[in-house]
Amino acid sequence: MTLLEEGGLNLGPLLPEHWQEMAVGIVLFLLVWWVLAKKVVPVFEKTYQERTEAIQGGIDKAEKAQAEAAAALKEYQEKLAGARAEAAQIREQANKQAEDLAEQIKKQAQDESARIIANAKAAIEAEKTAALRELRGEIGGIATELAGKIVGEVLSDDQALNKQIDRFLDEIEAERAAS
Amino acid sequence: MWPGVLPDWITGFTVQAILVAIFCIGIWLWFANKQTVVPSKKQFLGELGYNLIRNTIARDVLAENFRPYLPYLLALASFVIVNNLCGEFFLFMFPTTAKIGYVYGLALLSWILYNSVGIRKYGFFGYLKHSTMPAGVPGPLYILIIPLEFLSNIIVRPVTLALRLFGNMFAGHLVVLVVVLGGTLLIENGMKSNLGLVAAGVGSFLFSFAIFALELLVACIQAYIFTILTAQYVSSSLAEEH
Repeated sequence: MTLLEEGGLNLGPLLPEHWQEMAVGIVLFLLVWWVLAKKVVPVFEKTYQERTEAIQGGIDKAEKAQAEAAAALKEYQEKLAGARAEAAQIREQANKQAEDLAEQIKKQAQDESARIIANAKAAIEAEKTAALRELRGEIGGIATELAGKIVGEVLSDDQALNKQIDRFLDEIEAERAAS
Repeated sequence: MWPGVLPDWITGFTVQAILVAIFCIGIWLWFANKQTVVPSKKQFLGELGYNLIRNTIARDVLAENFRPYLPYLLALASFVIVNNLCGEFFLFMFPTTAKIGYVYGLALLSWILYNSVGIRKYGFFGYLKHSTMPAGVPGPLYILIIPLEFLSNIIVRPVTLALRLFGNMFAGHLVVLVVVLGGTLLIENGMKSNLGLVAAGVGSFLFSFAIFALELLVACIQAYIFTILTAQYVSSSLAEEH
């Protein structure tokens, strides 16, 4: 340092006041470096590593949970779809059964009505036969009576006979009206 | 300090530098003590500073190989910034880095670091070739390029590193001296006769607050620059292609 000054080169404030300042600065800095390298940086890095792992672990866990949830959802959806298909099938079956039943009932009713109609027709026929038989008997009686009356009267002229027939017919009319 | 008892090179600034080193070690040990995955407020504060060096300086400049150099850069940044800030705080009121000896020491260490890193990777001559012969230069130009690159990469880097830091801190300290001592002188002399001088002195004191704010900023910026340039030099020594 003094050599430089003797050589006419004045460094001014750029010349250290004591060269030992350099040594002191270097030693102190190396000390700081050593302590930070041994005791501080590894601790910080370890914490960061742990934090990264914790976050990574959390993410992995969340991803797993999400995958499980997705699988469960898929399963439920499949089950639901199966249940829907089954329900549709059951509904279809029920509809078909109901239609069959309705058809059956309708057929039964038709049969029943046909039977009732047939019965009614038979009854009417029987009534009609009975009525005809009765009527025939009555008509016979009436004819006999009429013949008796005709025979009882003097058939003098056509006018009297006609009168007689008209009266008879009127009687029949009256009887029918009365009955 | 105590002439005759201790050697004369042990000055107040030596004590100051020792206190700074103790403070740097102490505060980082405190930050590193009882760390948990979920940080406490203290740890969060420590991580704030640690991440500034780790992520924005070491990792951004040195890419994935930053880990071995991280302690150096962290120590450098904290040692320099605390020494710088001594200039703005009571008890010291003088930045240790305004004593050129300490700055030469730090620059010398950075110079040794980035050169030895390069030599370890490429070998001595390999490193010289790596740092003085950039690829893609036409042959004859090497006559010009090699001395220039040698000068800029090997010789000038530590000098600029040292002078930039020293110059900023020393000049900042001088400005503080001018404003504060000048203000004191103005007020003392003005008291006897001239009230105008007193007003100027008060103005000077008020202005000193702005200067102190500026000096706080400069102290932080210079520590940052010193650290990031050291990282940059290491990175260029390690670079595959220049």
